[in-house]
Amino acid sequence: MKKLTSRIDKEKLLLAVAAPVLALVAALVVTALIILATGKNPFPAFNDMLSYGSASDSQVYILNKATTYYLAGIAVAIGFRMNLFNIGVDGQYRLAAFLAAVVGGALSLPGIVQIPIIIVVAMLVGAMWSAVAGILKVTRGVSEVISTIMLNAIATAIIAYLLQPDRLGQLDEAGTLVSTKPLPTSSWFFTMDMGPAGQLWGFIVVAVLVGVAYWFTLGRTRFGFDLRAVGQSESAAAASGANVKKMIVTSMIISGAVAGLVGMPTLLNDSHQFDNSFPLGLGFTGIAIALLGRNHPVGVALAALLWGYLERTTGHFEVIGYDKEILGVIQGVIVLCVVIAYELVRRYGLKRQQQRVGAELAAQAAKTETEVTA
Amino acid sequence: MAQCASRLPRKLPAPRSCPRGECAINASSPPAVELRGITKRFPGVVANKDIDITVRKGTVHALCGENGAGKSTLMKILYGMQKPDEGTITIDGAQASFSSPADAIALGIGMVHQHFMLADNLTVLENVVLGGEKLYGIGSRARNKIKEISDAYGLGVRPDALVEDLGVADRQRVEILKVLYRGARTLILDEPTAVLVPQEVEALFDNLRELKAEGLTVIFISHKLGEVLSVADEITVIRRGTTVGTADPRSTTTKQLAELMVGSELPSPETRESTVTTVPMLKVDGLRLAATDPDGVVREVLSSVSFTIHKGEVLGIAGVEGNGQAELVEAIMGMRIPDGGVITLDTTDISTAPTRKRREDGIGYIPEDRHRHGLLLEAPLWENRILGHVTEKPNSKGALLDNKAARKDTERIVREYDVRTPGIEVTAASLSGGNQQKLIVGREMSHNPKLLIAAHPTRGVDVGAQAQIWDQIREARREGLAVLLISADLDELIGLSDALRVMYRGRLVADADPATITPEELGSAMTGAATGHLEHQENTGGEDR
Repeated sequence: MKKLTSRIDKEKLLLAVAAPVLALVAALVVTALIILATGKNPFPAFNDMLSYGSASDSQVYILNKATTYYLAGIAVAIGFRMNLFNIGVDGQYRLAAFLAAVVGGALSLPGIVQIPIIIVVAMLVGAMWSAVAGILKVTRGVSEVISTIMLNAIATAIIAYLLQPDRLGQLDEAGTLVSTKPLPTSSWFFTMDMGPAGQLWGFIVVAVLVGVAYWFTLGRTRFGFDLRAVGQSESAAAASGANVKKMIVTSMIISGAVAGLVGMPTLLNDSHQFDNSFPLGLGFTGIAIALLGRNHPVGVALAALLWGYLERTTGHFEVIGYDKEILGVIQGVIVLCVVIAYELVRRYGLKRQQQRVGAELAAQAAKTETEVTA
Repeated sequence: MAQCASRLPRKLPAPRSCPRGECAINASSPPAVELRGITKRFPGVVANKDIDITVRKGTVHALCGENGAGKSTLMKILYGMQKPDEGTITIDGAQASFSSPADAIALGIGMVHQHFMLADNLTVLENVVLGGEKLYGIGSRARNKIKEISDAYGLGVRPDALVEDLGVADRQRVEILKVLYRGARTLILDEPTAVLVPQEVEALFDNLRELKAEGLTVIFISHKLGEVLSVADEITVIRRGTTVGTADPRSTTTKQLAELMVGSELPSPETRESTVTTVPMLKVDGLRLAATDPDGVVREVLSSVSFTIHKGEVLGIAGVEGNGQAELVEAIMGMRIPDGGVITLDTTDISTAPTRKRREDGIGYIPEDRHRHGLLLEAPLWENRILGHVTEKPNSKGALLDNKAARKDTERIVREYDVRTPGIEVTAASLSGGNQQKLIVGREMSHNPKLLIAAHPTRGVDVGAQAQIWDQIREARREGLAVLLISADLDELIGLSDALRVMYRGRLVADADPATITPEELGSAMTGAATGHLEHQENTGGEDR
């Protein structure tokens, strides 16, 4: 009996891996066809992806990118586990990074105090911004999809309004760029020197901690169980005693708090100020990464690394005579394939398990029957 | 028994006279459905083996068998959802091969599923035309057609009511109408009475008789033998995936049928000795709840509901579905906030306590709809064991889950409550209904509840599991558990309860002594015809029990 249970598990694992692999292969094939259609040979391109992507400076670049992507992916995944679609990660992290940069620029405390303050401010702002959507959902029944999209636009407008020289921004010496007041160097997050490969952002440590906390909270705490229960069946969770409305607001707030962290690697490790060149659209990247990573802490990490890798290697395409826009194609195809593949694999898996359970029980019944007759 | 078994399945029943005057359709025309040697194998298991069934036109043909006997697979084959590995299907004398339900529908076969397939947020009209827009459009033509069908068979369907506002019996009629609307000449009904009370069952049977009179054919799947005997013209019994015999309802008793079906006598829900104490466990006083009804009018669904359940007592609530029973349960569970009234559990006022607190305080809950309220279908069994008791031992220590202890305890439940499963890592969805229910009962009983709310605890559960669940309720009652039992199965209600109340339009209108009352007398109170204390009348057929 034990043996069969474990076999089902192995099969489950195989199925879990099958979907993203299938999607990746499909995406590669489609990409190859598109490169072919532009009249070029796709194989040197793939070759370059392999060799360029494994160079040490590329590795550092990929890890730095993946840090940001991972946080975005987890922020979205928290919502997904609750059946909430937090499209607002985008607005949440931008507003959070902006206000955190303002606070960081205004203070000049020792780094050990100031860095946590900046991070906490970012998380609070993100949490408050997403709480608006959560509260609207439970009190007025507003779909979080709609409200977060609108909150994204409002965040953009607020930042545009406040990021002006006579408000919270300042002109740089050249007089061409408006930014927040730069953070004092004492508030820069540590980096790890990788020699000629460049600097590895220290925030990767925080990202790993967030991943561990996510895994632990979901799988090992009562709160996480309630959250998953609500995500799987709201009615069953309510009957079990979970306060569904409270869970919606809480998980929205947590998702927003993590979203607040998304801008931190860039702010604390790289730009040290918020200006118009601050990365955009990370919230949407996060959606793709959470989908690809199946909301699993390790899966999301792999997806974030893949995203960083694709970006790095396709960025090099122009140098060797290909179009760098191919990146968008690959990413788009991967997301499409992933969504389809997961649904197919999920359905197949459920059905397969039902059959297996039926088969197993029939075998047991047959066995007892022969024992009885014998 | 011998008499039934001697009718070999392959032997076609001879055309017989029709004392009920209902099978007026001639016997010389080819049978509506003929299955010959149907065999279906799944990897490692034979679900159906050499099935032979002949369903004559214009008859109600019952298909009996325990859950897991292979009825569902067989019906899926007949409805084109699965392909048989061997055997032939003949419809109206012509051999047919289905690759999808659409093929079956095209040949006039329609299916009413046990779990309704309706979109809650659409109206009846929209649900009926959905997918069949080409037949009569989506406007007044469709509405007229629906009314026409509804009137012809006395279905009483209102085309513009929202499905989410309809009760179970109404939803079922919508399902039947949906099938008729698509031109079905042969209807398959999967456990149609599982959700109905006797009067509703009678109404359904009247509908079926009308269908039959119009020359339609009904295949009726059930394991309620009394009903099968009363409505069917012919009965085929399936056991372990194969047809073990056919029976003539006029010359067969429920006992013989049961023996044919399970190979042993049917269990009885009866409880003999009383364990009722004088210590009140649950006191409900003046409970009121208003809700918006299908016509948009705010109506009291619970008005001044008061009762007391003592330790060791089973209080049964009888009533036609939709008379406030579900709301009563949800109010006691804290899933709905009542507008007034006091709920006291074991001297503690829990009127405003949240659901979780109530469960921690000792309310066990076997929900009416286990898929919606009792299980996480895609989660493994051990996570389902945690559901509803996440704050209690052995599931958690402080704020942390204790997955190891929960797994271990799930194994105990599986063992002690005889949940048939290959392991605790499989999803709840892969278990049969009876085994899902046993898991729920095991889970709820594992926390030593003071009060058990059992809403239709044996609905859709096979005979073996049914007997087990009854035993467990009796056992717990002996140990001082108070039970609020809500059931549409009046035999179950009368057999298990120490006291009975009848609920009608949100009120407890009558009470009865289960020792003397008959299902018929109870049934008349359920329609509002009788109120107050129901006294058993000797002349109304008291010998029935």
